[in-house]
Amino acid sequence: MTLTHIIFIVFAAITLLSALFCVTTRNMFHAALYLVISLFGVAATFAMLDASFLAAAQLIVYVGAVAILIIFAVMLTRGGAGSLPAKQQFNTQAGLAAVVTVVTLFILLRVVPFFNYPVQVAAVPIDIVEQLGQALVGDFVLPFEVASVLLLAALIGAIYIARERRKGEEVEEG
Amino acid sequence: MPQIPGNDILIALATWLRQWLLTIGLDPASIDILMAVIRALLLGTLALLVFMLITWLERKVVARIQDRIGPNLAGPWGLLQPIADGIKAITKEDTTPDGADVTIFNASPIVAGVAALLVYAVIPFGPNPGGDCAGTPCGPLTGTDMSIGLFYILAVGAVSLIAVLMAGWSSNNKYALLGSFRAVAELLSYEVPQVLSITAMVMIAGTMNMTRLVEVQSVPFIFPLFVTALVFFISGIAESGRSPFDLVEAESEIVAGYHIEYSGMKFSLFFLGEFVHAFAVCAVVTTVFLNGWVGPFSFVPPWIWFFIKSFAVFFVMMWIKFTMPRFRIDQLMAFNWKFLVPVSLVNLLVLAVLDTVLRMMGLGRAANPWVWGLILFAANLLMLFIALWALGRAARRTRSTERRIVARMDDVTPAAPVTAASAPAAGN
Repeated sequence: MTLTHIIFIVFAAITLLSALFCVTTRNMFHAALYLVISLFGVAATFAMLDASFLAAAQLIVYVGAVAILIIFAVMLTRGGAGSLPAKQQFNTQAGLAAVVTVVTLFILLRVVPFFNYPVQVAAVPIDIVEQLGQALVGDFVLPFEVASVLLLAALIGAIYIARERRKGEEVEEG
Repeated sequence: MPQIPGNDILIALATWLRQWLLTIGLDPASIDILMAVIRALLLGTLALLVFMLITWLERKVVARIQDRIGPNLAGPWGLLQPIADGIKAITKEDTTPDGADVTIFNASPIVAGVAALLVYAVIPFGPNPGGDCAGTPCGPLTGTDMSIGLFYILAVGAVSLIAVLMAGWSSNNKYALLGSFRAVAELLSYEVPQVLSITAMVMIAGTMNMTRLVEVQSVPFIFPLFVTALVFFISGIAESGRSPFDLVEAESEIVAGYHIEYSGMKFSLFFLGEFVHAFAVCAVVTTVFLNGWVGPFSFVPPWIWFFIKSFAVFFVMMWIKFTMPRFRIDQLMAFNWKFLVPVSLVNLLVLAVLDTVLRMMGLGRAANPWVWGLILFAANLLMLFIALWALGRAARRTRSTERRIVARMDDVTPAAPVTAASAPAAGN
């Protein structure tokens, strides 16, 4: 076992454990922070696979997003982001969930061992970012633009909803 | 390549260390990881030393700006003041407020400090000397020479946000919470012009690698990317939460914001985070716009040039900090969304078009850097002029509206009960 293995195991453990704590803790604020740690672990795994762009994107997208999530947790939930009242945290469909899980496990066990995984990956190109950029405005320009238009529409919608109303222009209550 | 003595010392040390580790029987992969750990420790130490120096420097400069002398008792010119401050911070009582979320309360200063240190990993202090260092090719004088340097800087910027939120929430204090909410609004908003200016840099330079960014600057990028540099610098000041953007900790409104409940060394860690982050912004500005480590005299090591330039940029930052009044929160947001973002969008567009046209005419950066730089600089000045004219007009309009409102309020106030007729006029 080399040092790389140890580092991988450490980060994998951090990712999984904090993901588990994220869904089991009763404190909303702690849950959000566990989510941050878990996403950090994923970023670290990306970084270890030489996918540094993905790692940084993971950080920039999710850590910033979690900050917003915390704000909403504080503002929109009862009793702030403090501890939730002691009530059942898991739903009552445990039997159904168990059936689905077992079936999925069975299918995976039948499929996974027969899939031919490329164990020896090709060398990662030095400047992956350049290729990514070329791909985004080359082969994948249409999905890229569609996504941009979608985001733009969301942005305009948000501005329309949040804008100041002039006098005599009532907000239509739905 | 001319001889670079200062760089050579560091390279020689690294080579010697590698060879010594080989002789005691470590395999090369482990040595790489060990060297990375050593680099990380060195960079952290460097950032902390810089922190000590800039706290002293800032107090000296603010004293001069305010016509005082500043710290002058601890050591020559007060140079030992940071050490005295450190001892003071350690010996202060460590308080934890009632009802605080203790784990998060204690963790958040650490996160704040570490988040600021992370940026130093990609800052290049010196060039790649080339050649061979104990079997492996020498790298440039930087923590890690990753291909996404600039993007990484953006990414770790988000981490300090979490630290502020952690502090604000766990303190169980409404001022702290308000401060951290402001921080989220401010930092996320100012990330937009920052990303746009970084886009402009990457577009012109054609790389995100910090070392390459210095190497491609045949003209210092401050000229062809003047507006970009200004936008990046301003949003960088906002990002590190320094005055005039220190809304997060506005003493007169929310006492001290997110770190109100912190005392002693924990407070110092937040302080450290702010300063180290501010200097990191200066270092990035130096790297991207001021040609990084490149300097005129070859007997001065490149990393000295780097620090001279960074401290010059930091001086400008201090100058701004101590001569500008603080923004109001609505002004801060309006300045960002109604001025910086449009300016950087237009800037991006103009640069893209102009750069492409010049390249088609055979005057691109590669072909004729000085002509290219001059034309882009002229375009930048034009953009800046128009932007400032628009800003001045908007400011005049706002001021006259405010004056009108104040005048109307004066009309209404004299003890007379607000009648049905005058109320809508006053509220308009």
